[in-house]
Amino acid sequence: MNAITWATFEPLLPEMLLVCTGLVLIGLDLFAEKTREVLPWLTVLGCVTVLGMVLGERNVSAFGGMFLTDSYGVFFKVISLLSVIMATLMGEHYRRVHGLRHGEYYALMVFAATGMLIMASAGDLMVLYLGLELMALSVYCLVGMNKREAVSAEAAIKYFLMGVFASAIMLFGMSLVYGLTGSTSIAEIARFTARTGLAENPALLAALGLMIAAFCFKVAVAPFHFWTPDVYEGAPTMVTAFMSVGPKAAGFAVFGRVLVSGFPELQPHWGSLLAILALLTMAVGNITALVQTSIKRMLAYSAIAHAGYSLLGVLAGTADGLSATMSYLLIYGFMNMGAFAILVLLSSRGAHHESLDDYRGLAKNHPLAAVLMLIFMFSLTGIPPTAGFIGKFYLLRAALGAGYTGTVIGAVIFSAISAYFYLRVVRNMYMSEPEGELDFSYSPGISAVLGLALLGVVGLGLLPGTIIGRAASALLGQ
Amino acid sequence: MTAAPSFPPQYLAILILILFGIGFGAVTLYVGRFFRMSRPYHEKLVAYESGNEPTAEPRMRFSVKFYLIAILFVVFDVEAIYLYPWAVTYDRQGLFALVEMFIFIFLLLAGYVYAWKKETFQWEK
Repeated sequence: MNAITWATFEPLLPEMLLVCTGLVLIGLDLFAEKTREVLPWLTVLGCVTVLGMVLGERNVSAFGGMFLTDSYGVFFKVISLLSVIMATLMGEHYRRVHGLRHGEYYALMVFAATGMLIMASAGDLMVLYLGLELMALSVYCLVGMNKREAVSAEAAIKYFLMGVFASAIMLFGMSLVYGLTGSTSIAEIARFTARTGLAENPALLAALGLMIAAFCFKVAVAPFHFWTPDVYEGAPTMVTAFMSVGPKAAGFAVFGRVLVSGFPELQPHWGSLLAILALLTMAVGNITALVQTSIKRMLAYSAIAHAGYSLLGVLAGTADGLSATMSYLLIYGFMNMGAFAILVLLSSRGAHHESLDDYRGLAKNHPLAAVLMLIFMFSLTGIPPTAGFIGKFYLLRAALGAGYTGTVIGAVIFSAISAYFYLRVVRNMYMSEPEGELDFSYSPGISAVLGLALLGVVGLGLLPGTIIGRAASALLGQ
Repeated sequence: MTAAPSFPPQYLAILILILFGIGFGAVTLYVGRFFRMSRPYHEKLVAYESGNEPTAEPRMRFSVKFYLIAILFVVFDVEAIYLYPWAVTYDRQGLFALVEMFIFIFLLLAGYVYAWKKETFQWEK
């Protein structure tokens, strides 16, 4: 038996610290009710510390290759932690306005973050599944947090049932892969497939298909997206914001890792399959979003559409494509968090103000909120000089470079269609008369989120080289 | 290792077993129709021998508290399952296994304290 020393655990330290943070949060919530005001800031402190530790991680392969702290994983960990930090800050505002009584919110957020970090580092299908379930179970609970509200409970039940079904399908695929290759290690699967010429084996293709179906469910790619609108609409807004960024990025992390590192030989198969799915996803997301009257539901369909865009980089199967997906997910994180933060900001006790009509004439009474929403909507559409444009540009270039011309043309067309529903919000804010008076105030939490999101959207839009360079070097250093 | 064929022959026995299982069930159920008598009358159709007459539908709603108890039971059941292999190999694992198990039990204990404090164990609240 190998000696177990401190060095064995060192790569896991950030995850361990997160678990400890979660336990402290639960403990404080249970035994020191007066500290509730501090919980969100404690969460942010824990996550920022972990973020620092993650950024300083060396490239190691721990536990016999099961846990990889390579720069690919680190990049996704950064996205996940940023989403947790921003959602926690939104929760702080939500607590002030709606009187959020559940201290578990923060602990569940932290546990979900632990799951996402494990997913991003997984070098083995079992570790991947472990992280996925840890994240998913926490998010199921977060969705149903307002348990007295029927929509929230309905969303949680729907998400849970569909989620466990997808997990079961994934496990079925994994077990087939294990049966065929004799290993659950992603690197070993790739080696075995290459050595034995297993690539054309129908059973392996079936296994890959099952796993792709489950991954598509987790990142809301059509035709596995049906849970998304209801769950996103029913969940508390900051949980929706979190779900559409963090777990989605973690889902793409395993998507890319399994397909590109585990099944590079099968790229012709999954590449063309994903090209069709990406096109379908963009069509469903963008066209359905056109007719929504609730901004929250519109953003849910927009999240589906953006999953389609993000797939463009994965399906190319190249380092270029993956780095485009990675940077797009980071950019998407900033702009989507920003848009949802405006939703959280505008909601007041008893009234959520999620309808498009609530945004009429917003610019007149609240110019700052309106201009921020304008920037996030422009970025989601992909209008320069916002970061959304840069992200889309690199994705399209990567897919074009890999020869998926038809998909790229589709993406451009659907992107143009999406301008209608994003800019409709802007038109309502700037070109209509206000109907009712919206009363809200900026709390430190929501201001911090909006500031961070604005910094991300504008900063990455004006200085794109930094982020793309980092994502590219993350892959080349792999 | 040799190249795996698309259908490994070791699995052929399992396939035959599955087909035989399905076939046996189907055949016996179908063939029985030709031999058994079918003479239903009232006494034969009521609840068998000492059984009672049904008074209500079996699918009724019952309190969610039962599920909470069931979930808490699973937690400690899993702990027990984990403790058995640990106890068997304890003398070979040494101090590391002891510390590891204490961390595991501590995490479970935290969950237990949480459940207790949330008054999960109180039937009447």
